[in-house]
Amino acid sequence: MNFKLINSIAVSLLVARWKQTLVAAIGVTFSITMFIALLSFMSGLNDMLDGLIVNRTPHIRLYNEIQASKNQPIDLSKEYKGHYNFIRSVKPKNERAQIHNCPAMIKALDNDDRVLGYAPKIVAQVFYNVGDIDLTGVINGVNVDEEARLFKFKDYVTAGNYIDLKNIPNSIILGKGAAEKMLANIGDVVQVTTSKGERMQLKVVGYFQSGIQEVDKVQSYASISTAQKLLGESKNYITDIQVKLKDIAWAPKMAKEYANLFDIEAVDIQTANSQFETGSSIRTLISYAVGITLLIVAGFGIYNILNMMIYEKMDSIAILKATGFSGNDVNRIFITIALSIGFFGGGMGLFLGFGLSNIIDNVPFNTASLPTIKTFPINYNPKFYFIGAVFSLVTTYLAGYFPSRKASKIDPVVIIRGK
Amino acid sequence: MESIILQANTISKYFHDPSTIQVLKEITFSLNKGEFTSIIGKSGCGKSTLLYILSTMDTDYTGDLRIDGVGMRDKKEGELARVRNEKIGFVFQFHYLLNEFNVLRNVMLPGLKLGKYSEKEVEERAYQKLKILGIEKEALKIPNQLSGGQKQRVAIARAMVNDPLIIMGDEPTGNLDKKNTEIVFDIFKELSDVYNQTLLIVTHDNEFANRTHRIIEMEDGRIIRM
Repeated sequence: MNFKLINSIAVSLLVARWKQTLVAAIGVTFSITMFIALLSFMSGLNDMLDGLIVNRTPHIRLYNEIQASKNQPIDLSKEYKGHYNFIRSVKPKNERAQIHNCPAMIKALDNDDRVLGYAPKIVAQVFYNVGDIDLTGVINGVNVDEEARLFKFKDYVTAGNYIDLKNIPNSIILGKGAAEKMLANIGDVVQVTTSKGERMQLKVVGYFQSGIQEVDKVQSYASISTAQKLLGESKNYITDIQVKLKDIAWAPKMAKEYANLFDIEAVDIQTANSQFETGSSIRTLISYAVGITLLIVAGFGIYNILNMMIYEKMDSIAILKATGFSGNDVNRIFITIALSIGFFGGGMGLFLGFGLSNIIDNVPFNTASLPTIKTFPINYNPKFYFIGAVFSLVTTYLAGYFPSRKASKIDPVVIIRGK
Repeated sequence: MESIILQANTISKYFHDPSTIQVLKEITFSLNKGEFTSIIGKSGCGKSTLLYILSTMDTDYTGDLRIDGVGMRDKKEGELARVRNEKIGFVFQFHYLLNEFNVLRNVMLPGLKLGKYSEKEVEERAYQKLKILGIEKEALKIPNQLSGGQKQRVAIARAMVNDPLIIMGDEPTGNLDKKNTEIVFDIFKELSDVYNQTLLIVTHDNEFANRTHRIIEMEDGRIIRM
């Protein structure tokens, strides 16, 4: 009953000053709109930039580093245990970059619940032969199906069909930059030489464009069996296993675990690409800071308007108090006014923010380095809308708090005597 | 059988700004039910100050105030608001109607705040009060559209809506012309005679005061005649 009465008084005061109220609400609407649009856009951009790296990078990469043995024979000797030894000019053994005991590892990965999937890979250093000139390059032998499933391989093949890599024997998908240098069109045959001098002719079935030009100048893709043939290796020759996890956050811990378990090098994505994480967290921070600043400015607007309203309505407040409304009731009337400005302004802001994000989402955005992006990226995360809603209510409450307290403390005697 | 409704016991009040002055000096008196009392005195003698203390709006005083046998001294702000709402009706020199609401709603507000009756009943009661005061035709108008005398009558209706123990008036006819003063006085008289309503009116209009049942005259913060 009381609640209803207070509401009706608040609404009447609002309606009586509807122009001011509207201005205050528009302030909130504007700031929430910008907050939502800014964060959605910024976060979409972040996701896109991270995607450049994250989509194509395994969460954990398992491989064999060519390095000198950590244990020299003397370390194993019982006789010299407890002695210091110095050995200079240690060289790595002539050992292949192959992952040993591959089937056992694959079985372990299959049984691990945390693993979303894995794709074996062969990295082969080659020269692309263009007439007299040899260009250095890397051919990645990949399992086409798994590569497409886990690492969005398909999105980055900008010309030709990626599945041809699997279906056509001795085929290659050239990096866009490499293809341009070699003047190779789809259907052409190119010749490559391995580091060991083997030559092989491969048919171009597509172009690959990662968005990072330096990479596209050297990297090409072939199927695993083609790569094995190229290197003259057997069917179980694999140099890398790329693991994708269900949660990227587990990567550092699991990389250590695998390194111990398999006695192998394991690099997690966070270590390999730490600069990206820093970049995106700072961009997010800046957009939050701007959005919250906007809201605080809107809050001051509400504060001003309520203050003015209270000065104008001194008489009304005095008479309400004289006829039996307590300071608390008056306080609640003005808090209700502030919160309803926040509620309606904020609600409109969420709605318009969604609209603005949608408009941005449809603005064409074509760039050579990002083949999959056609319009500006937007992240429609409900989290932003939730934060916006909570924040609009919190700021308007705070903006209403002090004027309301002032109103509740008004002494009716002073006003009535002053007349 | 006359029962005491309001009892003031040695009430004193000081103003501290700019220097300490005692404006009320041990005021002691009581009001009985149904009495139509006026307080008169020269400007600055403390009659309005006394009225605001009696109405519980001013709590900065010494002494004891009992309304309907209950002490007001130790009540909190919220409880005092409740007392004003339920037991005291107030009419000021200025009408203080809210222009955001129509006349009927203005009269209803204290009744809605009391919460004793449903909204429908409060509306019915407010309408009846307006009828007693002869302005039921203006019920749906906005206060701005009324004449000064009509506004003051609406203010009286608002003071009456909760059937208070006592209606207090601070120069309720101070802003009115002769004719409207007459009307307002007649209303007070009728309330007193017909409805046995207790009234305490501060005025400087001696003619007005002479026609009330009882006159309390003040000078320099003291009661000199009652």
